[in-house]
Amino acid sequence: MAEIICAGFGGQGVLTTGMMLIDAGMEQGKNVLFYPSYGSEMRGGTANCSVKISDKRIASPVCKHLDILFTLNAPAIDKFEDRVKPGGLLLVNSSIVPEDRKYRDDIKVVKVPATEIAYELENPRGVNIVMLGAMAASSDLFTADYLESAIDNFFAKKGKNNPKNALCFRKGVEAVNG
Amino acid sequence: MAKVLMKGNEALAEAALAAGCRFYAGYPITPQTEILEYLSWRMDEVGGVFIQAESELAGVNMVMGASAAGARALTTSAGPGFTLKQEGISYLAASDLPAVIVDVMRIGSGLGDIAQGQGDYWQLTRGGGHGDYRTIVLAPASVQENADLAALAFDLAEKYRHPVLIASDAAIGQMIEAVEIPEFREHDINKYDWSIKGCKDGDKHKKIQNVYYDDPNYETYLSDKYAQMEAEEQRYESIDVEDAEIVLVAYGVSSRMATEAVEMGREAGVKIGLIRPITLYPFPVNAFEEAKEAKAFMTVEMNILGQMVDDVKLATGGSKPVKKFGSIFALPESEDILASAKEFLDTVKEGK
Repeated sequence: MAEIICAGFGGQGVLTTGMMLIDAGMEQGKNVLFYPSYGSEMRGGTANCSVKISDKRIASPVCKHLDILFTLNAPAIDKFEDRVKPGGLLLVNSSIVPEDRKYRDDIKVVKVPATEIAYELENPRGVNIVMLGAMAASSDLFTADYLESAIDNFFAKKGKNNPKNALCFRKGVEAVNG
Repeated sequence: MAKVLMKGNEALAEAALAAGCRFYAGYPITPQTEILEYLSWRMDEVGGVFIQAESELAGVNMVMGASAAGARALTTSAGPGFTLKQEGISYLAASDLPAVIVDVMRIGSGLGDIAQGQGDYWQLTRGGGHGDYRTIVLAPASVQENADLAALAFDLAEKYRHPVLIASDAAIGQMIEAVEIPEFREHDINKYDWSIKGCKDGDKHKKIQNVYYDDPNYETYLSDKYAQMEAEEQRYESIDVEDAEIVLVAYGVSSRMATEAVEMGREAGVKIGLIRPITLYPFPVNAFEEAKEAKAFMTVEMNILGQMVDDVKLATGGSKPVKKFGSIFALPESEDILASAKEFLDTVKEGK
């Protein structure tokens, strides 16, 4: 069972990220669950969703012990860093999170300048996809090859195809693997 | 049909259409609004009628009209909005009309709040309106069941010519899971001889209203109807119940964590089981016959008063201690359910 929270500013695509992850899991025949943050949120405020992917039946929709915390801004780290399991993974968008920020020392922190990379590739809405590349490269949830094809498949099902997404994804992988 | 990702509320809406529902009238309220929102565009695609009514009461009464004409009709609400529908549900029951009414439960009495809750159990199972009636109540515990039970609800409503309620909740309504929507079926609006089709020359004038009091067999007719529901419609899932010393009883979202608590308990050698009612009425009393070794029962439900405890006591003839576990403030945690169940079992065994 993998427990993941995706969080960032509204508009950065964190909810779509959650949907891409459960779609990738479903296509592998796993049980998946997406739970939106529930309550009143305002435009430009924090957006987040909980994602579970498991070979077993999924019980609670709530994520309390995170394997992966996928963040795209600093408030998201403030809000959820405590919930990461010891040894768990925290993905940080170093384009907009201060460099001198301190993190827990019992978790793995992967910093990727996701916003810069997405802008360099002229795909400003692909920040989340850069970070998904980084996630694939730094966890064993999905292989990079599989997740790349699953993301394409996710958008293809919606009748959309943006070749720049794959570029963003690969740059995210490279940012971790070098 | 392949599995797709859908929100619980949307899966319920799509499954209603698949079951031949072509009339919806409702009013927005969190956490059920996605049903209304989804049907506002989707109903048009399948050639049905969608109405955002001026109130909950108007919505349920429009459903009564559609049902009298033989249509498969749906209305949905939550919390205070569901209370407003009770008058219409009572009238549907009195008029022998099928219809499906969904309550996506939220917490609290009065306005309450939009958070998850299971506080409508008594209202759902005891006949929430005035008079001498109750209704079949189906309780989904996943997005898939939200779809499957929505389809079943229309069949049961027509089988008994009686309203059927779906007791969904905020968590099941809001979560997204992979779901297979049941096959689309056509519903023939003229299928039943009791429906109003327009009175042609020479036809006997037909009325749909509660005119049955002058029928000397009315009492027998009604008590037989409920007896048949209780005999034929009990639905439940039981997990590891046969040798269990402590048996959990949980439905809807709570049953998901109760299921996990049983798995964790069994791994730790605790003789624990779960009865998951899928029909809240008729309450699945048959399930309790399997619990031969049970020393105690514990309901897991998100309310303060332990509303399901009474039904467990009735199902077991008051022979065993029953307690409730759960809070209105948070979804129950599997670890906490197991810990509480073990403690309760120990207390009962020691005869304290």
